[in-house]
Amino acid sequence: MTKVFADRIDIDLMVNGEPVEARVPAGQHVIDFLRQELGLTGAHASCEHGVCGTCTVRVDGASVRGCLMLAAQLDGADVWTIEGLSDSEAIRDLQEAFIARNALQCGFCTPGMLVAAEELLAQGGVPERAAIREHLSGNYCRCTGYEAIVDAVETVARQRAGQVQA
Amino acid sequence: MTVQFGNPDRPNSYIGKTVPRPNAGRLVEGRGKYVDDINLPRMVHVAFVRSPFAHAKILGIDAKEARLVKGVLRIFTGADLAEVCTPWVAVLAHLKGLKSPPEHPMALDRSCWVGEPVVAVVATSRAAAEDGAALVEVDYDPLPVVADMMTALDASTPVLHPEIGDNLAFQRLHEEGDVDSIFAIAHKVVSARFKTGRHTGVTLEPRSILVDWNPAEGQMTAYHATQAPHMMQTVLAKHLDVPESRVRVICGDVGGSYGIKVHVYPDEVATAAISKIMARPVKFIADRLESFTTDIHARDHEIEAKIAVDANGKILAFDVDDWTAIGAYSVYPRTSAIEGNQVVNLCGGPYDFANYRAKTTVVFQNKTPTCQYRAVGHPIAVAVTEGLVDMAAAALGLDPVEIRRRNMYADDGYPITSPAKMRFEGLSHHQSMDKLVELMDYDALRRDQAEARARGVHRGIGIASFIELTNPSPFMYGIGGARISAQDGCTVRMDPDGSIVALSGVTEQGQGTEAMLSQIVAEGVGVLPSNVRVITGDTQVTPYGGGTWASRGAGIGGEAALRSARALRDSILEVAAAMLQADQASLDIRDGHIVDAESGAGRMPLEELGRIVYFRGDTLPEGLPRELVQTRHYITSEYPFAFTNGVQASYLEVDVETGIVKLLKHWCVEDCGRIINPQLVDEQIRGGIVQGLGGALFEEIHYDDEGQLLNGSMADYLVPMAGEMPDMVVGHVETPTKESMLGAKGAGEAGTAGAPAAVMNAINDALRPLGAQVTQMPFTPERILRALGAIED
Ligand code: FES
Ligand code: FES
Repeated sequence: MTKVFADRIDIDLMVNGEPVEARVPAGQHVIDFLRQELGLTGAHASCEHGVCGTCTVRVDGASVRGCLMLAAQLDGADVWTIEGLSDSEAIRDLQEAFIARNALQCGFCTPGMLVAAEELLAQGGVPERAAIREHLSGNYCRCTGYEAIVDAVETVARQRAGQVQA
Repeated sequence: MTVQFGNPDRPNSYIGKTVPRPNAGRLVEGRGKYVDDINLPRMVHVAFVRSPFAHAKILGIDAKEARLVKGVLRIFTGADLAEVCTPWVAVLAHLKGLKSPPEHPMALDRSCWVGEPVVAVVATSRAAAEDGAALVEVDYDPLPVVADMMTALDASTPVLHPEIGDNLAFQRLHEEGDVDSIFAIAHKVVSARFKTGRHTGVTLEPRSILVDWNPAEGQMTAYHATQAPHMMQTVLAKHLDVPESRVRVICGDVGGSYGIKVHVYPDEVATAAISKIMARPVKFIADRLESFTTDIHARDHEIEAKIAVDANGKILAFDVDDWTAIGAYSVYPRTSAIEGNQVVNLCGGPYDFANYRAKTTVVFQNKTPTCQYRAVGHPIAVAVTEGLVDMAAAALGLDPVEIRRRNMYADDGYPITSPAKMRFEGLSHHQSMDKLVELMDYDALRRDQAEARARGVHRGIGIASFIELTNPSPFMYGIGGARISAQDGCTVRMDPDGSIVALSGVTEQGQGTEAMLSQIVAEGVGVLPSNVRVITGDTQVTPYGGGTWASRGAGIGGEAALRSARALRDSILEVAAAMLQADQASLDIRDGHIVDAESGAGRMPLEELGRIVYFRGDTLPEGLPRELVQTRHYITSEYPFAFTNGVQASYLEVDVETGIVKLLKHWCVEDCGRIINPQLVDEQIRGGIVQGLGGALFEEIHYDDEGQLLNGSMADYLVPMAGEMPDMVVGHVETPTKESMLGAKGAGEAGTAGAPAAVMNAINDALRPLGAQVTQMPFTPERILRALGAIED
């Protein structure tokens, strides 16, 4: 084993609103840290290449690919995963829209998809369908064919903009 | 008493309604439990060293360095595992002549494709196992490679498995009528050469298995992302010498399967073998490169085909010569001859014609094995058939819709046996086509196309009719000797609180099986769907069944659920009649209450009946049957398969400067018989269409001449993304199968079956005025520009 992988780094951060202190291998990715060390198995690893988006979590307010970022970079960060976003009810309307529209089948892409969709919705307004599709193009879904996901995101955008009743 | 499906106001009318999926709430909160989310005490991880050569002798293995990695516990070679695991041979008796050599969980002295497992490294963490694997030195002596399909049988090509004589795995010729004389005299003959791209499923959850052999209990438990838990139970038991009753396969949440996860994979069996040796839990999760090199591939076909028509566009004959290369081994236990066989069975499917010849030639090569992937063989057969029909229409100056109307089987003419000897119980080609034409406003679209063309914009409309095989009987695998159940079962019970539990042998892979079953059971018994808990995916708990494949969940598993639910209803009413001193026939169950069937007046909630049966049985008449649990199994018997039908249409734009295809819209009208949950069916269709669109436009595994896989990452192997997919309009015609009470046929694969052909026909419709035509999938910008003559060389 090379020296750099043997090295461990201390990090101090917030995860889902709770303080976390950890000593992580220098080469460990955020997705492995969250899943293996913290038991936050909601986000998934799929391509481990930065392409598919199943590992998407929120770090300091932005959608981040957990397979590209190192856990060591999380020192001082504010991390939110699907577990925390669910517990805090921050995206309840979006989750309900996903269920109502059956915008998930196997659910493997869903946690990452929700974080990415929320990033778009947080910008406010009602995006065009093409803009929703564009924004979600970094999040693959092999099951749904995407249309139901676009519908759900569009519905929530309208609801939040007060255009339709929730 | 049967269910009055025709009456939407009947009590407990959940079949046919959109009800929410019980598991969706958990999945949107990240509370799913996929195999990689499970950690067991003393669990270890395995990583595989895989062959970097397509064909090589293994001269030696040096694992000294690997052993020094901290956390590495054991290292296994193929020979080590062969001591505890017998090899398998993937043939089926009814596929006459199919041959394949024995295959072991890891290569012994020779590797036959890039990615074949050679050495297993077991460590306390996945990272340590991978570090160890990277340090294993294998001494290979490369052997000549069989890479090309069309020359695989040439005398000058080396034989991949000398012990079986040649590189031919399987061949089948089917002939009906007098094909040669018809082609000799027909008014018009059109021929073409088609190619479908070798592609794979790309499930976002990679293949995953965690096996726990507990010698103290004599029990093996496998947590497995699989479509067919009972089949896996049988396979693990047989090859690892464990009694079948002592193997338990548990299938929790599965992150997409599409046919990929219904096969036996060497590395997964190796994981079980290692668990048996180490007597502790062993986890294997494929990484993405492993997924590309070892998940089954599919659709690697080249087809020379022709159609004969008369002056009115009446189809007289099809002649199809299909070739497919299946990699180094036929895949266990379903075999790799089924896809080619399906092409023979399905070409010409929607059409009433008499003369048919189809041949498939299935060869070995040094590539990843191919096997059944969503819509097995259908996308190929539909592309060939519908491509030729469109070309014939163009040659005759007929409209594509019109030529189909002139040839499709009449809706009132069933049952019918096709020239391929497929038996159709009842299909609705004409109704479906009428509905499609209406949904897409065909004439308006043609006007839009003409206007666009006047502006120099090249748009095309493509139509593809299809048939789809669902609800298979033992004719698919069982008669060939495979222990793959075509029957499925459901146990339904009522607990003391009046709630219902349903245990089913079909599995949930995200398509909504559990929702579908909960609705059927709710209606069958007479309770709210929310009061039905569905349990699937545990061989120790559910009735024996086949699982999820060939679009059988609703048609087979759903019928078993309906029958067991109806039986439970009768049991409950028998007890209720005794308690209420009423005539059983005068009672009904509605929304969880015993009611007077006539007036609907409530007599007793089910909880009360449960309380009496379970806790005060002393108050019931002695001898009164009080089993509030019923099991029924179902198997189709009158027809080998329940065929469905449908028709798709694609509207798209081809940029003739760049060769890029922009999908504008897609339609599908589909007849899957009785619809249990309209939303779930629609979303199955949409998801299936998009997988078909992937095959049409993007997906292709590339190999070089040495059998090296060139695009083993998601960055290099393209799948459809949200931005490039169209909105899809889905419509239905319902022709329930009369074989079952429920009348449901399968819906999960139809989208994939027809979409590639619709896109191909649309592109060719757009290109036809320019004198260009494409027939090789995927239709990449390069292939389109080549067809246009914009690039040569
Ligand atoms: S796993 Fe991170 S983007 Fe695919
Ligand atoms: S729901 Fe299965 S990958 Fe998106």
